[in-house]
Amino acid sequence: MIQADLTIILPEIILAIYAMVALIGAVYTTKDALAPVLVWTTAGLMALLSFWIATNGDGTNVAFNGMFVDDGFARFAKVAILLSAAAVLVMSQDYMSRRDLLRFEFPLLVALAAVGMMMMVSAGDLMSLYMGLELQSLALYVVAALRRDSAKSTEAGLKYFVLGALSSGLLLYGASLVYGFTGTTLFSGIIQTVQVGDVSVGLLFGLIFLISGLAFKVSAVPFHMWTPDVYEGSPTPITAFFATAPKVAAMALFARLMHDAFGGVVKDWQQVIVLLSVLSMLLGAVAAIGQRDIKRLMAYSSIAHMGYALIGLAAGTELGIKSMLMYLAIYVTMNIGTFAFILMMERDGKPVTDIDALRQYSKRDPGKALAVLILMFSLAGVPPMLGFFAKFGVWQAGVSAGLTGLVIVSAISSVIGAFYYLRIVFYMYFGAENEDPIETRSSPVLWVALMGSAAVMLIGVFYQFGIEGAAAAAAATLVN
Amino acid sequence: MDNILSIVTFIPAIAAGILALFLHGDDVAAQRNAKWIALLATTVTFLVSIGIYTSFDPSNTGFQMVEEGQWLMGLKYKMGVDGISVLFVLLTTFIMPLTILASWNVTDRVKEYMVAFLLLETLMLGVFMALDLVLFYLFFEAGLIPMFLIIGIWGGKERIYASFKFFLYTFLGSVLMLVAMVTMYADAGTTDIPALMTHQFSSEGFSVLGVYVVGGLQTLMFLAFFASFAVKMPMWPVHTWLPDAHVQAPTAGSVVLAAILLKMGGYGFLRFSLPMFPVGSAVMTDVVLWMSAIAVVYTSLVALVQEDMKKLIAYSSVAHMGFVTMGIFAATQQGVDGAIFQMLSHGFISAALFLCVGVIYDRMHTRDIEAYGGLVIRMPAYALVFMLFTMANVGLPGTSGFVGEFLTLMGTFQKNTWVTAVAATGVIFSAGYALWLYRRVVFGDLIKESLKSMTDMSTRERLIFAPLIVMTILLGVYPSLVTDVIGNSTAALISNYDTALAAAEAATQTAASH
Repeated sequence: MIQADLTIILPEIILAIYAMVALIGAVYTTKDALAPVLVWTTAGLMALLSFWIATNGDGTNVAFNGMFVDDGFARFAKVAILLSAAAVLVMSQDYMSRRDLLRFEFPLLVALAAVGMMMMVSAGDLMSLYMGLELQSLALYVVAALRRDSAKSTEAGLKYFVLGALSSGLLLYGASLVYGFTGTTLFSGIIQTVQVGDVSVGLLFGLIFLISGLAFKVSAVPFHMWTPDVYEGSPTPITAFFATAPKVAAMALFARLMHDAFGGVVKDWQQVIVLLSVLSMLLGAVAAIGQRDIKRLMAYSSIAHMGYALIGLAAGTELGIKSMLMYLAIYVTMNIGTFAFILMMERDGKPVTDIDALRQYSKRDPGKALAVLILMFSLAGVPPMLGFFAKFGVWQAGVSAGLTGLVIVSAISSVIGAFYYLRIVFYMYFGAENEDPIETRSSPVLWVALMGSAAVMLIGVFYQFGIEGAAAAAAATLVN
Repeated sequence: MDNILSIVTFIPAIAAGILALFLHGDDVAAQRNAKWIALLATTVTFLVSIGIYTSFDPSNTGFQMVEEGQWLMGLKYKMGVDGISVLFVLLTTFIMPLTILASWNVTDRVKEYMVAFLLLETLMLGVFMALDLVLFYLFFEAGLIPMFLIIGIWGGKERIYASFKFFLYTFLGSVLMLVAMVTMYADAGTTDIPALMTHQFSSEGFSVLGVYVVGGLQTLMFLAFFASFAVKMPMWPVHTWLPDAHVQAPTAGSVVLAAILLKMGGYGFLRFSLPMFPVGSAVMTDVVLWMSAIAVVYTSLVALVQEDMKKLIAYSSVAHMGFVTMGIFAATQQGVDGAIFQMLSHGFISAALFLCVGVIYDRMHTRDIEAYGGLVIRMPAYALVFMLFTMANVGLPGTSGFVGEFLTLMGTFQKNTWVTAVAATGVIFSAGYALWLYRRVVFGDLIKESLKSMTDMSTRERLIFAPLIVMTILLGVYPSLVTDVIGNSTAALISNYDTALAAAEAATQTAASH
């Protein structure tokens, strides 16, 4: 019995053991000198695990009496999480070593965060949900403050920690209410109580607290306040990490909780998600207009994008989950490319994040400027880029679930949001000349990430790398 | 050739790819190569597209030369032309070599310029041929990207404002259309345009936020599509992006904008609004007709007081597009024929007028009417060409402008006499502003020092105008060239429209009698 359970969670165990062994090894040997090697081995291990999960997983397996669920949905999310975390790790190595930031703890904390995320998306119980969430969050709090000598970075870490602890408290309170009113913490038990008769007020109350806690993790408005500050304050590679894997994990966990534990009563939580979605899209679109710092801008952009992805969740259908998963996969790919470019932006070796510095960039480096142009139009959702198909998918799910009003709001906010993506294109291509231009140092890894991501956005018109079928299969296992 | 439509559509894109990947450097030789490759590609596209025209069968009212293949997410890659779209395809391939020729003096980032125009041509052709909703939207919307860059990079002083206004205005209209398209997909279960034309969308009235909507779903869908096409047309009062975009765009950009991009709105009305939402169209007909009439009169008056030549022509474009929407929504054979004819003829005439402005702008670098006068003395050939197109713009019989205006007025007269009467005054106003412009620029004494060294048109410039002159006169004296091709398709469109309306009418009467 226990052996079967352990087989199911083998990928998580391997990653966790690796992280701990490497941690002890590095502490007792060369410490930071080992860091670049650890970055690559961690990324390599993650890529291997994702390949293993993608090819070996089969059917739905439940471990530890339902606490841990390994199904198609979890596997899709895990592959996305591991691949994006690995990509961000290798992208950050050059940036961090040149600025003397690369400590050996960084890749290992990312690995531990990844274990937490894998746990989250496989959670079948409120307890394992919380365990995964906290493992992820604690690792993230530390990496946010990785730059110990920078006030901004420590501020970001502290802010993230305090607000994160608050949201965990909300979540736990919600979980205790749900337990009190259903008598179980297992999702499969909760859904049985929920589907019989009416949902009691107490249970609804607990559900709202759970949603609030999760909304904090996906940085949906009105629980988004930490996002811009943390994005701006953390070192750029860590911002890139925040914008990718944890978002996928939190959205997937959100979807799992809503469908596995509260699947029968879509109407009870749909309006809450709709509200979160509307507020996130509008605020993300409007608040980014005034930003001059590209990292803050990307923070608001990620808030808006989470709003669009929430449309898929709000639909409460299989099509909705499928479109949400596709949205997340495409969003992560766009963000990896965009952050690869942000990591390149520097002047005299110092990182630059002011978008003003991009003026007339296309004259100095037409190739990279074109890639960024493609990514910006893709983020704005303009066809023929892949970002358009992501939006098309969630709108389709929204309309077929009868949420036409939500889709119209999202259409309008996507026009408002287009403005700031266009402004970056405008600076690069026809802004006035800047006296103080930036250089972009491109390590091969960053170059590959930027160009690859831009190419994927274009190729997406003809071929979507089988992601649609995988997302459909994953959605089918979650919603049945 | 089974897939001639795809070949025509993607020749320019392939040329753009070759330019982008294999042409390096920015010296004179590279610039010359970029221009010649672009000219060659657009010319070949035009020559191949003649094949579409010769193998097109006007007596067949369905879609011809259809290509179909699987695409992503359950969508289809489907292309085809019918009588309504085939001439727009030819108009596009015809105009593009001329715009490349008109850009021969560009020196800034020539390669990128040519790539942008070639990509734009592919996207415009795709709009007229796409037979899948999402494919149509993809081409329709993607065209904004090269145009945004063309205005932004190679435009005039206020180019940033103009490019943003252009992009966001049209983007807002289009996303609403996309929402309607998604709704259509959910309702009909297909994105195939021919299938959607036969699908009956519900026209039962219902309330939205307390407002009762006559015509129900159809009216709402109509309005969503209208938001996109009315901006693109552009119709009064959402036309304000056009003068800015025209004035700031480089000459070739203005030509493409006026000759082809504006036609997408009218094409959209004919392809989507009338056949798919007949009840919605009927509900809105009076509003649209009056908006058109106001557009004709109001923008003509505005044109009268302009001091910038391009702005004047831009406003005159809005007025002429007013005739188009009027003809379309009159929904009579003459009206729709006239609207298509007017769009084609405006494609030649407005292109030529913007090129006329471009000729003197290249020499003087100003578009102020004030800065000119007495050009006829130094530039007789130019004066002649400019006069021909001014007259065509006014709608002088014998030029193509007359046929379009006359047919649309005649078609509308059968439906709404008052609108026709108001719009007809626009013909007089257009004579007013056009002739006055001509008088101020070309006639009078040549007193300004700077103008005394002006040279007449070069061979390249004459070469650009020659085909436009031929087309304007040819269509003016022999309009059957167009009406024979489009006639059967428009007749089918009108008869389907009338049948659908009669059926809806009968359905409401039965419902009322029960």
